[in-house]
Amino acid sequence: MARYIASRLILAIPTVLAVLTLVFFVVRVIPGDPATAALGDYASQEAVEALRERMGLNDPLYVQYFRFLADLVRGDLGTSMITGKEISGLVRQVLPYTLELTITAIFIGAILGVPIGIYTARHVNTSIDYAGRVGSLAGLSVPAFYLGILIMLLFAYKFQLFPAVGGGDLGDLKSNLSHLVLPALTLGLIMTASVTRLTRSAMLNVLKDDYVRTARAKGLSEQVVVFRHALRAALVPIVSIIGIWAASLVADSVLTETVFARPGLGKMLVSAILQRDYTLLQSVMVIYALFVVGINLITDIIYSFVDPRITH
Amino acid sequence: MKENLDAVALESQSVALEAPAIRIRSQRKRLFQTFVRNRPAILGVFLMLIVLSMALFADDWFIAIFQGREPQPLLAPYDPLEQDTANRLTPPSREHPMGLDSFGRDTLSRVIYGSRVSLLVGLISVLIGGVAGALMGIVGGYLGGKTENVLMRIADILMAFPSLIMGLMVLAVLGGGLFNMILAIGIVLAPTFARVAHSSTLSVKQNEYVTAARSIGASNLRITRLHILPNIVSEIVVLASIWVASAIRVEANLSFIGLGVSPPTPAWGSMIRDGTKYLFQAPWVSLFPGLAILITVLAFNLLGDGLRDVLDPKLQN
Repeated sequence: MARYIASRLILAIPTVLAVLTLVFFVVRVIPGDPATAALGDYASQEAVEALRERMGLNDPLYVQYFRFLADLVRGDLGTSMITGKEISGLVRQVLPYTLELTITAIFIGAILGVPIGIYTARHVNTSIDYAGRVGSLAGLSVPAFYLGILIMLLFAYKFQLFPAVGGGDLGDLKSNLSHLVLPALTLGLIMTASVTRLTRSAMLNVLKDDYVRTARAKGLSEQVVVFRHALRAALVPIVSIIGIWAASLVADSVLTETVFARPGLGKMLVSAILQRDYTLLQSVMVIYALFVVGINLITDIIYSFVDPRITH
Repeated sequence: MKENLDAVALESQSVALEAPAIRIRSQRKRLFQTFVRNRPAILGVFLMLIVLSMALFADDWFIAIFQGREPQPLLAPYDPLEQDTANRLTPPSREHPMGLDSFGRDTLSRVIYGSRVSLLVGLISVLIGGVAGALMGIVGGYLGGKTENVLMRIADILMAFPSLIMGLMVLAVLGGGLFNMILAIGIVLAPTFARVAHSSTLSVKQNEYVTAARSIGASNLRITRLHILPNIVSEIVVLASIWVASAIRVEANLSFIGLGVSPPTPAWGSMIRDGTKYLFQAPWVSLFPGLAILITVLAFNLLGDGLRDVLDPKLQN
C-alpha cells in the first residue's frame, strides 16, 4: 500500500510541473506590461523601468521561470502587484474559508446523494424515482450562482434564518458556521445531484448481476444483499465520480463565493482577473492546480481501498 | 442435387447481400422509435425548440435584412435596450410580465434576446472544441508514437484544471467579449473530445478492415476519412450534445463574473449579475434570466441523455 501511494505521488510530480509551467507562461502572455499596470498609465518611464528591474522582469525568461519554481518550493508566492501585500499571507487568510466550504459540500453531497441514489435504484420507475431523476438533472443544469441566489432569497431574505453575505469570523464558531450554511447548501445540493445520478445507475448495473441474484437465492435479507453485496461493487465508480466532481466543485466555489460575497480563493481569483493583478493571479492559479492534482491523488488512493481488484 | 445446392447457395448469397440494407433501415427506424418513446428526451427537444425560436424570432431580422432597415422586435414585446428610467425596478405587471431592470428596460424582452448569446456561445464553442479535439484525438490515436504522446499529454495538462478555472485563465489572456468567450470555452472543451476520439480511434484502428485498406495502398487520409471517422462520429455527437449544456452553463458563469459580452447586449449571466445589486428589492431582475438558463441547460441535458441512450447504449451509466 505504501509503495502504491509513493508511486502515485511520484507520478503526480510531472503533472504538477507541467501545470505550473502552463500557469507561468499563461501569465507571461497576458497583454500589457505588469509594471505599467501596477504603477498606472501616468507613471514615468524611469519608475516603470525601476519596477521592472525590481520585479525581475528584465531577466531572461528561463531565469524568471526557475526563480518562480524556486520561490514556490520555499512557499514564497511573492507580493500582490496592486495591494503590495504578501500573497502567502493573503492565501492563509482565505484558504480556511474555501476549504471548509468545499469539504462541507462534498460531505453533504455524499450523505444525501448516496442514499437517494440507492433508494431510487431499488424503486426504479416509480414516481419517487422519476422525481429523483428530474431533480438530479435539474441540479446538474442549474448554475451554482443561480441556486445560490434562490437559496439566499429563501433562507436569508424570506425566513431570515441565516446571514446572506460574508464569511463570518473564523475564531467565533457560531458566526463562522451560520455564514457557512447557505453557501455550503448551495454547493452541496449541486454535488448531491451528480452523486445521486451516478449512485442510481451504478446500483442499477450491479443489482442486475448474477451474484446479487445468488445472494438473494441464498435467502439473505434484502438489507444484506443491497448493502454488503451490491453497494460494495457500486462504490468504485461512485468514489471516482465524487473525486471528479470535487475538482469541479472547486470551480463552482468561485461562483458561490462571489454570490455570497464570502472571502475565499475563488473571490480572490476573480478580483485578481478583474484588477489585472498578475502576480496574485499566478499564485491563485498555482494553488487551484495543486488542489485539483491533490484531489485526483486522494481519489486514486481511496479507489484502491474500495476496489480490491486494483493491484498495487 | 448439385443444382439444388447451388440454388440454396445462391439464395443464401442474395439474402446475405440484401440483409444489411434491410437491417440498416429497420435499425434507423428502431433508433428513432427508441428516441421518440423516451419522454424526457422529447421534452428536451420541445424546450430546445422554444429557446431556439426565441433566439431566431426575437426580432424580424430576416425581413429587415431584405428591406435594408433596423430589425424591429417580433417575439419580444419591447426593444431590449430601450430605457424607461422613470419606472426602473418596477415589479412584474401586465405590460411587463417580468418587470423592469435597474435601467428601466423590459426584462422579458432582454430574456428573449439573451437567448442569442447563450445559444451562439453554446453551439459554436462546442463546434470549435469538438472539431479541434476530435482532430487531435484522431491524429494522435492513428499515428501513435511521439505525436500521440505529445498531443495526449497536452490534453491531460489542459484537463488538470476545472473547466471554469481554465476558461477564466484563457479569458485573462485574451480579454472578455463574445468572440474570446467562444474561443475560451472551445479550448476548454477540446481535451475531452480529444480523449474520447483518441480512445475510439485506437479501438477502431485494430479492426481488420483498416489493415486491409492499408494493404491495398489506401492513404492515411483516406483511411481516417472512410473507415475511422464514420465509426467514431456517433460517440462524438453524443458528447457534443451533452457538452452544449455545459458550454451554456460556463458562458453564464463567465458572464456572471463579468467577463462576458460587453453591456448593454443582453446575456442571461450578466443580467443576473446586474440584478444581484437589487436582489432583495427587485428579485425578478435576476430570477427570470436564471430560469431561462436553467431551462435551456436542462433541455440540452435531456436531449443529450436521450441521444446517448439511442446511439450509444453502452455509455448509459
